[in-house]
Amino acid sequence: MNELISFVISKLNYWVYIALMMIGLYAMIAKNNLVKKIIGMNILQTAVILFFISIGAKTDATIPIIMHGHAGERHAVHAADFINPLPHVLMLTAIVVAVATLGVALALVIKLYQQYQTLEEDEILDQLRNE
Amino acid sequence: MKILKIVIVLLFGSILIYCTLDFPPWGDPRAPASLHVSPRYIEHTMEETSVPNIVTAVLADYRGYDTMFETIVIFTAAIACIFLLRVLRRREPERLMYRHIPTGLTLRIERGFGPPPDSKDFERIDLMWVPYDLIIKTGSRLIVPCSQIFALYVIAHGHHSPGGGFQGGVILGASIILFAISTNLRSSFTRMSEKLAVLLCGLGVFIYAGTGALCIFLGSNYLDYSALSLVLGVDTVTARSHGILMVETGVGISVMAVMVLLYYNLASAGRHDEGL
Repeated sequence: MNELISFVISKLNYWVYIALMMIGLYAMIAKNNLVKKIIGMNILQTAVILFFISIGAKTDATIPIIMHGHAGERHAVHAADFINPLPHVLMLTAIVVAVATLGVALALVIKLYQQYQTLEEDEILDQLRNE
Repeated sequence: MKILKIVIVLLFGSILIYCTLDFPPWGDPRAPASLHVSPRYIEHTMEETSVPNIVTAVLADYRGYDTMFETIVIFTAAIACIFLLRVLRRREPERLMYRHIPTGLTLRIERGFGPPPDSKDFERIDLMWVPYDLIIKTGSRLIVPCSQIFALYVIAHGHHSPGGGFQGGVILGASIILFAISTNLRSSFTRMSEKLAVLLCGLGVFIYAGTGALCIFLGSNYLDYSALSLVLGVDTVTARSHGILMVETGVGISVMAVMVLLYYNLASAGRHDEGL
């Protein structure tokens, strides 16, 4: 029983992100409204970001900012004492790309609404077929 | 049809969960992701760049190209948003709504008959009725300057604490968007016009790319900030720290302008007259 609990705890973070990612994927493939699809895409991006951040975690480590003092006082730095900074760097830029894609996607949706007076995908497809 | 989509999602999810059995447990210091390149960054950042915040140093120095093109990505997003939505020749609406401030009356006035533009008693409001919102206006008047100062702190102190150009730029942009939400789009144009926002958007990218080009002119590689020691009069390690601050400033300016431009265009569907 104890082994099972420790196994679940060691993998729980991945499962939470997979659940989030599946919510986003379901919204993207099953929802009819385009704004809901875009929000689904955003949830999926958030799941990927959280997944990367959790990869960088180390037990008994602190945030990747080195303690430093005045007058050149330096301590030896051990990699095990600081969490992995690389996922943070990569995801910092990924968040910005997420915002940029969200902005452009919403702009496209506004343009579509001006053209077709609706945001439902099937109604837009109907109008396209009837033209 | 809906069943099929649920089955696809569940299938995909269970495959992913099956794959996690091979993953290292959470917080494992010997996970493959933490073994190869990141120890090099953690152990040598302080002596090579004198920046205590490793994330900032890796972002702006070791991976400087990545971040530069990241800035160009959001610049492109703002430009794309303008090209998609901006309406340059717009029809003035037939009727305009004004509020008589002393009495709180809302007036609908035909075009051409409005009060004088410098009138203190009338303010133009959007066609969708906007309630008189003293609490929101006063509250945002308190919050906006505080958040702007905090944003500048986040940009400037990004070397020593969590922060940097992207985060500070987003907070700066959010403060301007908060001002636009709490009043209306026209009064935020008086503080930050579209022209200024576009100019700042390009200026941020220019500062970043210009810092890199300056390094070439000083006889080094592109974005190798140690060459800046010739101009700044400090040793090469400190020069890298200052170079990071320069590009972070560019990133902050650019991100702030992009947030504002995206908001302006999305909130008014590119017409820039009425909106939140």
